[in-house]
Amino acid sequence: MALSSFSINTNMKHFSRGLRISTAITLALASTMTMGNANAARTDITVGMQLEPPILDPTGGAAAAIDEVVYANVFEGLTRFGSDGSVNPALASEWSVSDDGKTYTFTLHQGVKFHDGADFTAEDVKFSLDRALAETSTNAQKQLFANIDSVNVIDDHTVEIVLLARDGNLLFNLAWGDAIMLDEASVDDAAIKPVGTGPFTFSNWVQGDKIELVKNPDYWGEPAKLDKVVFKFISDPTAAFAATMSGDVDTFTVFPAPENLAQFDADPRFNVLLGSTEGETILSMNNQLAPLDDVRVRKAIAHAIDRSAIIDGAMYGYGTPIGSHFAPHNPAYIDLTANSQFDPALSKELLAEAGLADGFTTTLKLPPPSYARRGGEIIAAQLREVGINVEISNLEWAQWLEQVFRGKDYGLTIVSHTEPMDINIYANPDYYFQYDNVAFQALMGAFNTQTDPERRTVMLKQAQKIISEDYVNGFLFQLAKTGVANAKVKGLWQNSPTQANDMTGVYWED
Amino acid sequence: MKLRTLIPGALLVLIFLLAAVVSFVWTPFDVTKLDIPNKLQSPSMGHWFGTDQLGRDIFSMIMVGARTSIAVAFIAVGIGMLIGVPLGLAAAANQGSLIDELIMRTNDLVFAFPALLIAIMITAVFGPGAVNAIIAIGIFNIPVFARLTRGAALSLWSREFILAAKVAGKRATRISFEHILPNILNLLIVQGTIQFSLGILAEAALSYVGLGAQPPIPSWGRMLAESQTLVSLAPHVALFPGFAILLTVLGLNLLGDALRDWFDPRLQRLRS
Repeated sequence: MALSSFSINTNMKHFSRGLRISTAITLALASTMTMGNANAARTDITVGMQLEPPILDPTGGAAAAIDEVVYANVFEGLTRFGSDGSVNPALASEWSVSDDGKTYTFTLHQGVKFHDGADFTAEDVKFSLDRALAETSTNAQKQLFANIDSVNVIDDHTVEIVLLARDGNLLFNLAWGDAIMLDEASVDDAAIKPVGTGPFTFSNWVQGDKIELVKNPDYWGEPAKLDKVVFKFISDPTAAFAATMSGDVDTFTVFPAPENLAQFDADPRFNVLLGSTEGETILSMNNQLAPLDDVRVRKAIAHAIDRSAIIDGAMYGYGTPIGSHFAPHNPAYIDLTANSQFDPALSKELLAEAGLADGFTTTLKLPPPSYARRGGEIIAAQLREVGINVEISNLEWAQWLEQVFRGKDYGLTIVSHTEPMDINIYANPDYYFQYDNVAFQALMGAFNTQTDPERRTVMLKQAQKIISEDYVNGFLFQLAKTGVANAKVKGLWQNSPTQANDMTGVYWED
Repeated sequence: MKLRTLIPGALLVLIFLLAAVVSFVWTPFDVTKLDIPNKLQSPSMGHWFGTDQLGRDIFSMIMVGARTSIAVAFIAVGIGMLIGVPLGLAAAANQGSLIDELIMRTNDLVFAFPALLIAIMITAVFGPGAVNAIIAIGIFNIPVFARLTRGAALSLWSREFILAAKVAGKRATRISFEHILPNILNLLIVQGTIQFSLGILAEAALSYVGLGAQPPIPSWGRMLAESQTLVSLAPHVALFPGFAILLTVLGLNLLGDALRDWFDPRLQRLRS
């Protein structure tokens, strides 16, 4: 016995020594190999996205996924959003405003070419903007251009925009993806073969799978650091997790399953990029549907909701509570969460006051994202506590757009409004929550023509207060930007001030 | 032979029936009550199967989910039998006639579609929910029973005792229900057990894609779907509903097998 165990031990020693030597050799080899690689950091990246864009022309559709592929990568406008949400010059190098505030004169960059070789000139600006504001325009954000009276070409590199009224929003509006510049010669195919002026050119689209962009060698500005960008579409959160873990995807700028973030955070191979978005996540209420047309009922619902439970339960803690339809990182933000503190007792009182002491039944129609599906179950349970019975139905996006957004056939729904500075949707009585307040509409009208920054801030604060105190919707939380990236990928946007995956400054660290 | 499958089969089915029945009067926790601070807890003495992503007790949800699954599958198979069996009897009684052709070709038409596709079609048109899931699963059960009934009934129509009944002046409808149906009942029970297990799978599949019972009603299929992204984080959330489906279907299949052996006259002769 003793003998045999001894011999086993020596064998083990030999074995482990052999193992150690071979490991050392492998390591040495591996390190020379990685050193070889270090001289040439990767120049391609695969970006995961949950939704595939239906088309690639941002002036032809409202889907956020369009901008998420082409904004700042393929297409550029006169101005553009920076990673901090600021409005910066893009194709226009500078501009001046007339004294009456109604005429903007833009100077364009020299030597800018479209990807097909055509020159970018003032004629293209006139064409693009005229097209967007035309009667027949299919632009999803036509209201951005509603105040433009005419666009005049002064010379090849100077263009003048004349407004109907003073407008403090023009430069901001022109930075939207819906205001990018197109060439008349290539516009007809823009939906499937986008030709822009950006640092990347469109290369290939495999429908249902991926879109490939390659570096534009003739870019007029600072060239992109990557040679190739692949946007890969993975709708299933489980598959997204597997693809990221295995390295098939280098980054998900918004990872679809917040429950997996802690795992990525603990893994040194990955970075979790937490930031802010423009996504106000709200419990929308149909303001024209009884009994939700009664402000006391809406107030009762607002007080029945425990935001922290929703943020914890549906978003695993990622999200900032909001008390109005406004992003907390905006300088004009005021915290109005106190207007709708979690207070089930008050909620019951309000229902009794409204003659609904026994509660009532309404519908809760939920689109696919997990914030809506999980949040919906939590809200349903919270509303049940105060006697409001909600019938949940889970809808696909197409059904949701049809029934809720266009058909207004719903009581309650949950959705995140991801456009920047979109508080003006409350001024539109035909918008799906059908809030009709003349005072608010007047305030927004005044805001749009106001150019003094301080007065504008005051007005924005007032607007937040009005909708908060009217309990138009249940204001839940600001969606967090929860990106996951390979730890060696640098230059990704931390925050998401608009719908975009700007790849211009992205590179691999050695 | 039969005991080896009968006992575990019957036992498994009994356990889940019991869970479903008991859930009407008692569950360890209220399944509509969320407890978010205690979400995703591992199985413990307090929560035997742990808690799910919203802090609900998984054991209680499995119990109530059994109720959903069994109710949907049972009613659906009932619909299939109630419509399919008379159709099959009518077709057999009028063999070769226009009625026979009409009934059987319509059944072929329904049968030609994959079962789940019909279910998805119906719930897509009429909206998701337990009732529509029942109708959907019920419809694809009709041709199964109609074909089985017709085939078994046809072989009986040429038998002497049926001839005797005919000679005695009994009408075809009466013969079908008085003489043919009792003689094919064992077949129907066996097929019913198998269809019942398929019904439970179909309900789980429909719920998995979000077309079955809607929240807050617990459903095994939806529990599975919702736990997908949590598998690496809290595997128990997926394991328990998965096992519930597996064991119920296994139990029903074992039971069906045992019953088939029990009713099979050839095997009975062997036994005696």
